[in-house]
Amino acid sequence: MPNALTLDVRQPGSSTAVLDVQGDITADSEKPLMEAYAEAGSAKAIVLNFSGLEYMNSGGIGLLVTLLVRANRAKQKLLAFGLTEHYRQIFELTRIDEAIEIFGSEDEALQAASK
Amino acid sequence: MTTQEPTNAENWAKPVDSLHIAHDLPDHAINLNVEGKRVASMTSGFGKMWQKTYRVRLDGARVAPQQVVKVWKEHFPEFWQKGQHFFGPMASISPGDVALINVKTGGVKLSTGILVLYADDVSFSFMTPEGHMFTGMITFSARELEDGVTQAEIVALVRAQDPIYELGMMTMGSGAEDRQWLHVLRSLAAHFGVEGKPTLEKICVDRKRQWKRFGNVRRSAAIRTVFYSVTRPLRRKEKTRASA
Repeated sequence: MPNALTLDVRQPGSSTAVLDVQGDITADSEKPLMEAYAEAGSAKAIVLNFSGLEYMNSGGIGLLVTLLVRANRAKQKLLAFGLTEHYRQIFELTRIDEAIEIFGSEDEALQAASK
Repeated sequence: MTTQEPTNAENWAKPVDSLHIAHDLPDHAINLNVEGKRVASMTSGFGKMWQKTYRVRLDGARVAPQQVVKVWKEHFPEFWQKGQHFFGPMASISPGDVALINVKTGGVKLSTGILVLYADDVSFSFMTPEGHMFTGMITFSARELEDGVTQAEIVALVRAQDPIYELGMMTMGSGAEDRQWLHVLRSLAAHFGVEGKPTLEKICVDRKRQWKRFGNVRRSAAIRTVFYSVTRPLRRKEKTRASA
């Protein structure tokens, strides 16, 4: 059974929002992902925390591309951390890592977000 | 970064630096623009980004989504329009497969290909090489609707890779692509004894063109294919002269 996606939105700084991913990202995850993005508001940088990601299929990759387009349109930076080695490779294969900067830890991601 | 392996790792293609077709091809296949090429970045296209969703309900066919996708993978090229060729592995479609495509789109012959990025029992997805008409991803899937009917679906999240393709898409290319996928869904439905009435929903995800990607045109598979076709008689002449 798929684990429905939930996202908690944190704002560790005035211009940065962290979206804590928990569960699966599939094509059916559009609503929670876009609602969390909307909750992040006008933050200059959106940091995706994938530590709680349990499963993602190609539909999930498509959703991340759509999220990236929205962030680019709003002139927001999109960063990520907490990816497993496998999903890091998927980001490299699809070359999404050229548009979403990936970091090993939250501290590194937040530091880059503040630049 | 963590090292925990996900439950669906076998459904994804393994990382590759460049593409390679590992199966035999028929003699008449034109193999250009795939071997040694990189996968096109999902975000590096030039044109407007579109999400096109093609759907067909398989009313009356008592068939599970898994069975639809199994048949779709095994008979994928047979559902294509006449004159459009998909040269994939003989058995089925599996993650990491690289297939050759020879098509005629908008009056232009094109030799290109795809990488099978992902495949499970209810879906499979393709990515394109640099130089292809579009960057992005196309996903083929089936699901059971609330009324119990199985629906087959194609979702293309794409943007034209360079300005020439964008122009082509604005004129004839987009319509040709729509006809192709609607035909595939009708053929798939017919395989299950259903007279399918496929639908198309188009959403413009990004209206902005990425002018910084103008230079993608130098990798255009269309230009390379046209050049290959135009110079073929010369190459034949050379070959004949050399063997004489």
